[in-house]
Amino acid sequence: MSIVTVQLGQCGNQIGQEVFSALCSDIRGTHGLCSKKENESYQGSCKERFFCEEESAVPVARAVLVDMEPKVISQTLSMAARSGHWKYSSHSHFCQKQGSGNNWANGYSVHGPRHKEAIMNLVQKEAEKCDRLGGFFTIMSMAGGTGSGLGAFVTQCLRDAFPTSFILNHVVWPYGTGEVIVQNYNSVLTLSHLYHSSDALLVHENDVIHKICAQLMNIKQISFRDVNQVIAHQLGSVFQPTHTAGGGSGYSRNPLGDLMETLVPHPEFRMLGLRNIPQMPESSLPYSTFSWPGLIKHLRQMLIANAPMEEGIDWQVRPPHPSSIPSTNKPLHFNTSIANLVILRGKDVHGVDLGSFQDPSLYTSWLNPQDAFNAWKTPRAFNKYEKSAALVSNSQFLLKPLDSIVGKAWNMFASKAYLHQYTKFGIQEEDFLDCFTTLEQVISSYTNL
Amino acid sequence: MTQSVVVQVGQCGNQVGCRFWDLALREHAAVNKKGIYDEALSSFFRNVDTRSGDNGPDIYKGKICSLKARALLIDMEEGVVNEILQGPLRDVFDSKQLITDVSGSGNNWAVGHKIYGCQYRENIVEKLRKTAEHCDCLQCFFIIHSMGGGTGSGLGTFVLNLLEEEFPEVYRFVTSVYPSGEDDVITSPYNSVLAMKELNEHADCVLPIENESLFEIVNKIHQMINSGKLGSTVKQNSLVTSSAGSAKTLQEKPFDAMNNIVANLLLNLTSSARFEGSLNMDLNEISMNLVPFPRLHYLVSSLTPLYTLADVNVPSRRLDQMFSDAFSRDHQLIQADPKHSLYLACALLVRGNVQVSDLRRNIERLKPSLHFVSWNQEGWKTGLCSVPPVGHSHSLLALANNTCVKPTFIELKDRFMKLYKKKAHLHHYLQIDGMEQSCFSEAVSSLSDLIEEYNELDATKGGPRIDPSRLKIAV
Repeated sequence: MSIVTVQLGQCGNQIGQEVFSALCSDIRGTHGLCSKKENESYQGSCKERFFCEEESAVPVARAVLVDMEPKVISQTLSMAARSGHWKYSSHSHFCQKQGSGNNWANGYSVHGPRHKEAIMNLVQKEAEKCDRLGGFFTIMSMAGGTGSGLGAFVTQCLRDAFPTSFILNHVVWPYGTGEVIVQNYNSVLTLSHLYHSSDALLVHENDVIHKICAQLMNIKQISFRDVNQVIAHQLGSVFQPTHTAGGGSGYSRNPLGDLMETLVPHPEFRMLGLRNIPQMPESSLPYSTFSWPGLIKHLRQMLIANAPMEEGIDWQVRPPHPSSIPSTNKPLHFNTSIANLVILRGKDVHGVDLGSFQDPSLYTSWLNPQDAFNAWKTPRAFNKYEKSAALVSNSQFLLKPLDSIVGKAWNMFASKAYLHQYTKFGIQEEDFLDCFTTLEQVISSYTNL
Repeated sequence: MTQSVVVQVGQCGNQVGCRFWDLALREHAAVNKKGIYDEALSSFFRNVDTRSGDNGPDIYKGKICSLKARALLIDMEEGVVNEILQGPLRDVFDSKQLITDVSGSGNNWAVGHKIYGCQYRENIVEKLRKTAEHCDCLQCFFIIHSMGGGTGSGLGTFVLNLLEEEFPEVYRFVTSVYPSGEDDVITSPYNSVLAMKELNEHADCVLPIENESLFEIVNKIHQMINSGKLGSTVKQNSLVTSSAGSAKTLQEKPFDAMNNIVANLLLNLTSSARFEGSLNMDLNEISMNLVPFPRLHYLVSSLTPLYTLADVNVPSRRLDQMFSDAFSRDHQLIQADPKHSLYLACALLVRGNVQVSDLRRNIERLKPSLHFVSWNQEGWKTGLCSVPPVGHSHSLLALANNTCVKPTFIELKDRFMKLYKKKAHLHHYLQIDGMEQSCFSEAVSSLSDLIEEYNELDATKGGPRIDPSRLKIAV
């Protein structure tokens, strides 16, 4: 099944280009460490999912590029073409001239309706190119105006036009100390709207990725390109083909559907966090060895203690004792999960013991631990890592950052600052209040796990 | 890509504008080696096929034929504009972009606004329309003028009004040169306060500039060069005050160095809209992020570095110094100290070889020493443009919406009141058709209200931080 990617705004397009680049270089690589047959099956599956083989020699990404100003898209298109190994279709982009001015209301209420037809036409064309459409993957940031506002509008349109398809929104959360002054307003508006039309939100926080770049990747002068490459690597480790537990010998045919089924059992809980291990500069790879037990142990503790990476984990945090009084006495820093998905790639995957992830004390009480935890595996190594593990988690990972964003936005809202910029495009105070209410509800639900 | 149109009004406006066009050409020449008319150039210039004369058609792609500035030059006396048209920039403007008269405005806002405004209204509208028609997607008007005189102040603000009426969707950014205390124009307080009312009501963003600050910067640079402290030579074309490498070859006039600073300000402001970068900051984003309440749209600007040394490898320590300098009193373009007042919002536009981690590191470092209003503690807007200005490897433009503009306005009001109480020179204004006493009282009242708004915000500074309570959800 194929996934159509919709790249929205500067962030969405810059990340999208890195994602396709990472996927392509992974399948072309010779470090698969598995049998030739396995490798070919993997390559074929990846190509079917993300690329289209047109008459051109080079695979064409199944993507629609949208932005309200032209500079980024033209850069994105040319960078892809320059790689020589893949490219974007020359007819799959839509751009305007003025940008959205970091104004969510501009993106949602003005650009959205105005350009709906043109954008949905492009999406329809990409969808028709797929033999079987597996769903949509949108990439956007929530701090700006286009990715956030127009992105929320487009997601709604996708939901209306394709009511039975899966929609996964990849949302990038901005640095806490400001990239855009009104980022908290834009974030609140985006998240609350996405919650109503999307199936799940897969989140990356710039602060977290920045730390990974600084501490694990040893990059001195971190650029957005570095950040985007780490994000692309993490996304690749989730979306490259795997065998699901129940499936036969072939690669999973319905990745988005499987993802939703395992991780989103309840519509109130849609926020997914992503962790990856190991993460290191490419130059260090030949000098490192890993063992599965070590990787699994670290990954589990990253989940429990809500650590962003494998360094600096707080090993003191432990799951609550099963016999202790439930929920109200949970240790403070413990991260409760609803559902978890672990994806293992590389050497000797089949023998890995994942029992520690099935411990019922990690989860809320309303799901069977067997249902709450799933694992996907493939012996084919990813992106030159001999062994790698990814964790996609529906848990309290994002609770604190979400609470912080809503708090700051509320603070600003109370002083009525910047509201005139939104009301002039049709977003009124009541609309803001509705959004706050939606998100306070989400916060409350996740807090009470 | 969007286009912007520059409207330069009065002597000051035109002199600054002239420097702007000169430096813009220099900047684009440095970046655009192939001589192809690209989108970056089209933001400020048209490409006209002049083989068949001045009225040739616009060429939208391909080689540069003849560049024409997207500008309107307005002055009620001919001296300044004529000089421009005889100078090296004469080919950049065509005669249809000029509006001149002979006798000037006599340093009288009312003459500029009421008399000439009325007289030239049709002419101005028509020329604006023509310029707008040449634009694919017009985003912004830049008005450059001074506040203390008659034409720039009076006619300039009349044009501002016009722009709002005729082109309501297009942003209006105004660069205003405020008079200093020792200004030799006696009626400059009247002119400035009358103009302020118009700026309050009709501008999207105002960048106030004070000659004193520009003068101090120029002096500082001269001292540094002449003191020999630098050790190595300074790159001439990197001086924020210099015209080196540009078309101007005649002897530099005294105001040229100061005007170059303002020209550089405008170039840096629009750089992210014209050139690529990893985090673009367009003009509409500046307005969106820096104006929390409609009337508080006065932005204090600072530019660093002021010069580069000739040696190429600038270590990281110097980069951090650039950020520190942007917040020091010496680098502000008005006589103000933002560090000791309250920030409502702050924007940092970085150009050149700077990455997001450098930006973050410096924000973390500087934040503790700055006071931000309680509801905007992380009030930073950042932009990264990959193309540095001519002669530099990187540069920074800081725009602050800060209550430190208040003293400037209070002083202006005081000087106004000194004259007004005695009704000095008032008859020059009141004898103009359309001017009444109420114009004055309304203007000063508008200024007082503005000062009061800043006062209210200042009152919150340093007080206990009480966050409003959040919405409660029934569990």
